[in-house]
Amino acid sequence: MVEHIDGNALAGPLSDLFTFDPTTASARCAGCGDVAVLARAMVYGEPDTFVVRCANCDDVLMTIVQAPDRFCIELRGMTWLKIPR
Amino acid sequence: MTGTSEARDGRIGNWKVGVVTSIRRESASGRSITIDVPGWGGNIAGQHTDVRLTAQNGYTAVRSYSVASAGVGDRIELAVDRLPTGEVSPYLVDTLREGDELELRGPLGGWFVWTPQQAESVQLIGGGSGIVPLMAMIRSHEASGSATPFRLLYSVRTPLDAFFRAELESPSANLEVTWIFTRRAPSGCSRPAGRITAADLEAHGFPAALSPTVFVCGPTGFVETVATALVALGHEPNRVKTERFGGA
Repeated sequence: MVEHIDGNALAGPLSDLFTFDPTTASARCAGCGDVAVLARAMVYGEPDTFVVRCANCDDVLMTIVQAPDRFCIELRGMTWLKIPR
Repeated sequence: MTGTSEARDGRIGNWKVGVVTSIRRESASGRSITIDVPGWGGNIAGQHTDVRLTAQNGYTAVRSYSVASAGVGDRIELAVDRLPTGEVSPYLVDTLREGDELELRGPLGGWFVWTPQQAESVQLIGGGSGIVPLMAMIRSHEASGSATPFRLLYSVRTPLDAFFRAELESPSANLEVTWIFTRRAPSGCSRPAGRITAADLEAHGFPAALSPTVFVCGPTGFVETVATALVALGHEPNRVKTERFGGA
């Protein structure tokens, strides 16, 4: 079984791309409607690929793939992302 | 356009070069590393940093480590436990020397943090090297003179596996420390060795009725066992903050 970690681990990788802190941003799961900060999400498959799953229903919220020449981010699993400022 | 490029240069995600100023043995498999990181600019208790190692052939490996220190300034302390199959931690524990350079980015993460403005009681629960961000909170609590009551439950295999042992054996007046030994308890310890249970949380933790903020950090299995037990004891799930580091 793959051991998961949590959304706290997204802070570093996403700091390459965004100026906001992803751990305090809240997302609404497109599957179950649960709203939670990304720090509470479950994260599988680090260090180069992150599959971020809803802690409530386990649906995929987002996928991040870090390749040497590009980042790929898939966000289909979240309806919105709310970023504190 | 200068403004834009300055903003980019100041990004948290930029890699900074730190120099190791001192190294201290914490246990057979772990040590704490103090690093001067020009441009770090201070951190809140509980934040982490990414460490990047680059091999001669250009291969890089990046891992996250919690910061054991808090406050202003460019000097930080990490504490790292060697994971036998790890790519980064064996280097940090066995090879890195004073004066060596290390690439870091951060401070990272604003959710698993404690600030001295928080007035509610705080329950810290750490497993193994999960003590590291909690130690930053303990130090920040003490340095700020906060009167907020803190309690720590610290689960380690044996007394020799404890990080920051001397500091935690003489805690400040507002901190209560309970040790949980999972493999071997010292003589004179009334609790037999064994993994943390709901009974430990109930006996030594703040009761849910007090609405403490709870920080749980450690290996994934430890964190999930503890978080589930806390909610069963009546703690509001939103008051229980967790950080999993996997690896065990």
